[in-house]
Amino acid sequence: MRTIRFILRKEFLQIFRNKAMLPIIFIIPLIQLIILANAVTFEIKNITFNVIDFDQSSYSRELISKFTASNYFTFNRSSFSVENSQEDFRTNDSKLIIVIPKNFEKDFIKTGNSKVQLLIRAEDGNAAVIIQNYSTNIIRQFNIGIIPEWQGANTWKTPPMIDITYSNWFNPQLNYKTYMVPGILVLLVTTVGMFLTGMNITREKEMGTIEQINVTPIKKYQFIIGKLIPFWIISLFELAFGLLVAKIIFDIPILGSIFLIFFVASIYLFVVLGIGLFISTITETQQQSMFIAWFCMIVFLLMGGIFTPIESMPSWAQTIAFFNPVAHFNKAMRMIMLKGSDLSDIHQTIYFLLIYATVILSLSVWRYRKVS
Amino acid sequence: MSTDSIIIKAEDLTKRFGKFTAVDSISFEVKKGEIFGFLGANGAGKTTAIKMLCGLWKPTTGKANVAGFDVYKQTEQIKKTVGYMSQKFSLYDDLTVKENVSFYGGVYGLSNNSIKEKSEYLIKKLEIEKEKDELIKSLPLGWKQKLAFSVAVLHDPLLVFLDEPTGGVDPITRRQFWNMIYESASNGVTIFVTTHYMDEAEYCDRVSMMVDGKIAALDTPRNLKNRFNVKSMHDVFVKLARPDYVPNPIPSNQITTL
Amino acid sequence: MKRFKGFLIKEFHHIFRDKRSLLILFGIPIVQILLFGYAITNELKDGKIAILDQSKDEITQEISNKILSSGYFMLYEDLESQNDIESAFQRGIIKEVIIFEPEFSEKLFRDGKASVQLLADASDPNLANMIIGYTSSIIQNYQQGLIKSGSVQPVITTEVKMIYNPELKGVYMFVPGLMSVILLLVSALMTSISITREKEMGTMEVLLVSPLKPVQIVVGKVIPYFLLAFVDTCMILLLARFVFDVPLTGSLLLLILESILYIITALSLGILFSTISNNQQTAMMLSLSGLMLPTILLSGFIFPIDNMPYILQLFSNFIPAKWFVIIVKGIMLKGNNFFYIWKETLILVGMTIFFLLLTIKKFKIRLQ
Repeated sequence: MRTIRFILRKEFLQIFRNKAMLPIIFIIPLIQLIILANAVTFEIKNITFNVIDFDQSSYSRELISKFTASNYFTFNRSSFSVENSQEDFRTNDSKLIIVIPKNFEKDFIKTGNSKVQLLIRAEDGNAAVIIQNYSTNIIRQFNIGIIPEWQGANTWKTPPMIDITYSNWFNPQLNYKTYMVPGILVLLVTTVGMFLTGMNITREKEMGTIEQINVTPIKKYQFIIGKLIPFWIISLFELAFGLLVAKIIFDIPILGSIFLIFFVASIYLFVVLGIGLFISTITETQQQSMFIAWFCMIVFLLMGGIFTPIESMPSWAQTIAFFNPVAHFNKAMRMIMLKGSDLSDIHQTIYFLLIYATVILSLSVWRYRKVS
Repeated sequence: MSTDSIIIKAEDLTKRFGKFTAVDSISFEVKKGEIFGFLGANGAGKTTAIKMLCGLWKPTTGKANVAGFDVYKQTEQIKKTVGYMSQKFSLYDDLTVKENVSFYGGVYGLSNNSIKEKSEYLIKKLEIEKEKDELIKSLPLGWKQKLAFSVAVLHDPLLVFLDEPTGGVDPITRRQFWNMIYESASNGVTIFVTTHYMDEAEYCDRVSMMVDGKIAALDTPRNLKNRFNVKSMHDVFVKLARPDYVPNPIPSNQITTL
Repeated sequence: MKRFKGFLIKEFHHIFRDKRSLLILFGIPIVQILLFGYAITNELKDGKIAILDQSKDEITQEISNKILSSGYFMLYEDLESQNDIESAFQRGIIKEVIIFEPEFSEKLFRDGKASVQLLADASDPNLANMIIGYTSSIIQNYQQGLIKSGSVQPVITTEVKMIYNPELKGVYMFVPGLMSVILLLVSALMTSISITREKEMGTMEVLLVSPLKPVQIVVGKVIPYFLLAFVDTCMILLLARFVFDVPLTGSLLLLILESILYIITALSLGILFSTISNNQQTAMMLSLSGLMLPTILLSGFIFPIDNMPYILQLFSNFIPAKWFVIIVKGIMLKGNNFFYIWKETLILVGMTIFFLLLTIKKFKIRLQ
């Protein structure tokens, strides 16, 4: 125990003497959080659209005014040729072309059936689906709105209607930041933890000080614990700082217990730091360890469900994602913060992380050789 | 010679890296309290031998016993008993003198009182009262080396390994350094020192000469000079390393580095 | 010229001797494109839902079956009461609860109106949006079937055409984006590290006193990475074409020329960074946090720029990758010719010249 205390003191002295450390702990996370929370969004607003109105009737004008009035759409220009209008797709000036055919109004009144064509610029498939949803919604509303008008002329029995109402739970305003900030916090503690520990032992290797350590009677586990604890504390501190910023700047709800967040995080960090330490035991230079850490991080983060839902992945990828600690922690964070889930909801995550931490830490202790 | 007085005993100790044999079946004994010089050119296998003896590397074949412990199985006990100063400077650059001393003291399990006492003594002895709270990286190399030596013997080891301790240091500091070695030796610490400065060999009680991974000669400096009929250890070394070499007509003490 | 050739050969030796880095250089593009192509997707598939059916009649059964057989949804559990909803969401598995009101079919045929309520877990707003969209359109389709079999009602049918990406594949977006990120990694990051390493080791001094001209040294350092980046470009394009069926509607030659331009831009950035930083660590940090991160975030390849706050949109204009992504998408998906992308090309050329001028200025100061 006493030996560990001496190692800890030495590590802390070195960490805080390093001038680059304070910005890494305070400024970079702050900037990342602010930029990421604003940049990382799949929200679709300001959909620019072109109109080709061959009908020029009161119905067609009314339909277009419904689009213009919506918050999601912005009118770009009107023309009478699809080809001409589609030029704006090439120059990225427009995302949607609404084509209203001739006799739109007449067909509607006469046959009860008319058509609208939507051309959507779909390089981004996701955005395209959302644009489609928004537009069909508007057209449907319009459709329902003009039925009574039309019924005035024809007296028909009211057909059966299924009334669909929906509500968005846990995030009624569909605020994307609410969703992303917990994920960004995960990203933050993961990057800081993994890079710092990943480079730590390799730095001692490069400086040659590891050799001196290796001839002392330090036990392997003492050394690993001594290396682990400082970054564990720093990362938890980092998380606290991030949560505070999230609360103050973005007013992110924290429905669940803060204590539970830190409990899960403290286990998760043993996994991340363990991976970092493991990387530093298998590399010789800081450059190598940085590259490997970076590569792992990309795979972990992209497959961790932070940006895109894991449920959307093919099953082989979901199997891989099961072994990704980021995925588990990210899920738990979002559940606790946004839905107020409690310990019984996430106990499986905790077991998983505990097993993972034990395995990876034993692996690093085993892999760390007290040889030069 | 009773076995009690023997602190290192190596028999056919060998280390191979792939096809390359760095240390080729060396056998020797080191007596308690002596200054044992381990000489050889760069790449002769000195560092490899030292690393095996202090438990950093496992030998490929052969036997060795350090302070009564086996170099295969009891490396951790060896580490408790010996001190080591590596070829690379190995104190923490970004810690102060006092912090380094207290860290290593703590790691070796010294009590807080004894850490305090030792660091005060050390600071006084090295005359670095003013610099005790400065970062190591701001000190000149000679001071760093003296400090590294003091740290290596901090826990009063029975035996200390010094791997090229005076590399790159000016002659005056080297002199001072050797005075520190003598002082430790007079306190009963066995010194095992490698060097490629042949003049330093003269300071040792016994020296072994390594050439290409083998021990080419092992004796007191005086006996070696007599045997090869030369005036300096430098010439002994040259004769051993290049048997066809004709000794330089210029008095050899002028071409040694000191 | 002969000296230069010798120097160039030395540079190639350096690169090919470092097997680990080489593996990363070629491994990263492949792994990333496979991940993005297969795993990173927003598509809705087998979303787990719960149904609270308070009437359990023929109509609600039919609607449930329609929803569950669509391929978008999978029934995870049947709920018994409203009180179960919250805890069901909190367990974190289901994404939507569909509630049919009691006496659904009676109300539908008697009053002509019955209501179904959709509750989505909107902690992921994007997913919630899609789930609600899909569910309501399935129910509407069902309703239209009812109408047709019953009375007549006027309907506006919407015909949707997805231009450039009819199957809505995510890869179409990622290929241009990944090209911009990977080329930046190879060109800017690697060159800046390689030049600073030479500075750190002190070998740069040796080179500078040699009869080689400074320009020759820099060009010699850069050419191997230029070729590596080019090989990576071809690799990505081949993967895109033959593994993911991304079309190439425009001219291949134009695409390659534009890629070369972008590689040169990235290389000039790398050289600039190497003149600023004194050690590999700094060069690496600068390139990773100052280049990679903004490129991934603000080039518009994952997250649409149009929806970001104005200040970030403004900032994104300074990121070469943004323009390159527009160019590549234009050529590959839209078949744009040079006439449509000359502006973006000009911006890249301008940036390159700016970076080079800055480098020369820094370099001169250092030599004095």
